[in-house]
Amino acid sequence: MSAPTIDAPHSAALDAAESGGVQLITFTLRIRRFNPEEHPEPVWVDYQLTMDPKERVLDALNKVKWEQDGTLTYRRSCAHGICGSDAMRINGRNRLACKTLLKDVNPEKPITIEAIKGLAVLKDLVVDMDPFFQAYKDVMPFLVTKGNEPTRERLQSAEDRERFDDTTKCILCAACTSSCPVFWNDGQYFGPAAIVNAHRFIFDSRDEGAEQRLEILNDREGVWRCRTTFNCSEACPRGIEVTKAIQEVKRALVTRRF
Amino acid sequence: MSTDTSDIELVSSSQAHTGKGLGTGNPADEFVIQPPRTRSTKTPRRTRTNFEMLAWLFMRLSGVVLVVLILGHLLIMLVLDGGVSKIGFAFVAGRWASPFWQGWDLLMLWLAMLHGSNGMRTVINDYAEKDSTRLWLKTLMGAATVFTVLLGTLVIFTFDPNI
Repeated sequence: MSAPTIDAPHSAALDAAESGGVQLITFTLRIRRFNPEEHPEPVWVDYQLTMDPKERVLDALNKVKWEQDGTLTYRRSCAHGICGSDAMRINGRNRLACKTLLKDVNPEKPITIEAIKGLAVLKDLVVDMDPFFQAYKDVMPFLVTKGNEPTRERLQSAEDRERFDDTTKCILCAACTSSCPVFWNDGQYFGPAAIVNAHRFIFDSRDEGAEQRLEILNDREGVWRCRTTFNCSEACPRGIEVTKAIQEVKRALVTRRF
Repeated sequence: MSTDTSDIELVSSSQAHTGKGLGTGNPADEFVIQPPRTRSTKTPRRTRTNFEMLAWLFMRLSGVVLVVLILGHLLIMLVLDGGVSKIGFAFVAGRWASPFWQGWDLLMLWLAMLHGSNGMRTVINDYAEKDSTRLWLKTLMGAATVFTVLLGTLVIFTFDPNI
């Protein structure tokens, strides 16, 4: 087996073409920094960077941390929009830093980066996610069944799977919940992410715990606190129609109770 | 930055959240600003009633009826037959002589007051941070609503055009 070799002149031409195509730009990253051990109030800090505008905001944060200020603190794991670690407020909107290109957030003006709202900021862009995951746990995000376990898979038709397909995409990044004005004012509200994950099981034909979950969401802090402001649908980096899912839970509650 | 971590106790992810932030005894904890009414394992308490659903449904249904009632009311009062200049004691007395307009105004009064106060209730629920503040604001609003509704009902039923 011999791998095809690339001619040296061709490679050089490719390199030249690539470097010629990259237009580096200089821009400002304005990060809301918070370190309670040094200063009790958050402060905005500007960082000057020169980068390719087709790179992501996460790359810019990495550049700051690795080359300018190692104390900058943020969460990131997979860096490819799946783990949901790096949700943050970029130019006032909740996005994943690893899915947002610099050219899409107007690098001509300073790009502002803050921690997501409604959860306690621990340091810089890191928030306490425990209340968020508590709400998630409270809707029982697992399969609930009665009777004996089948000896083989629990089969489901393609149509039944399609019913809740949208809400299976959630990565629990908290972009929706921390964009919800009801959640900002009252952390007792379940928040869109918990309701989306309840929806995922309520409308699953294999699951038998729908009634319990609906009862949980029928309460004071459940779906009825939703004001359909659509902030969550707009914030979701996975494109889940969050508000629609919440409305479907409301409709299921109304039709089951009457 | 202190390197001594012996007095810093981190909470593991499996441990129940107490709503007091991460770590007990971390000197930085007092500066971390907690958002209002953070959720914990102890909250919220379950009530197991359909009240919130019925309130939500009432808002939708009364809203639809109120659109007709209020637009009709405004049309009669402000546009038709000379507009606002015609309104006087005699005009009101004439209208309330008919049970239809009595019913119209009564329904409008009740629906508008309940619709409005239920809306205010949700606003108080959203913005009041302390349970005691909530209770007081809701009590005040409830009292004002009951007073207005009862007074209005009394006037509609006991109105005497020969006063």
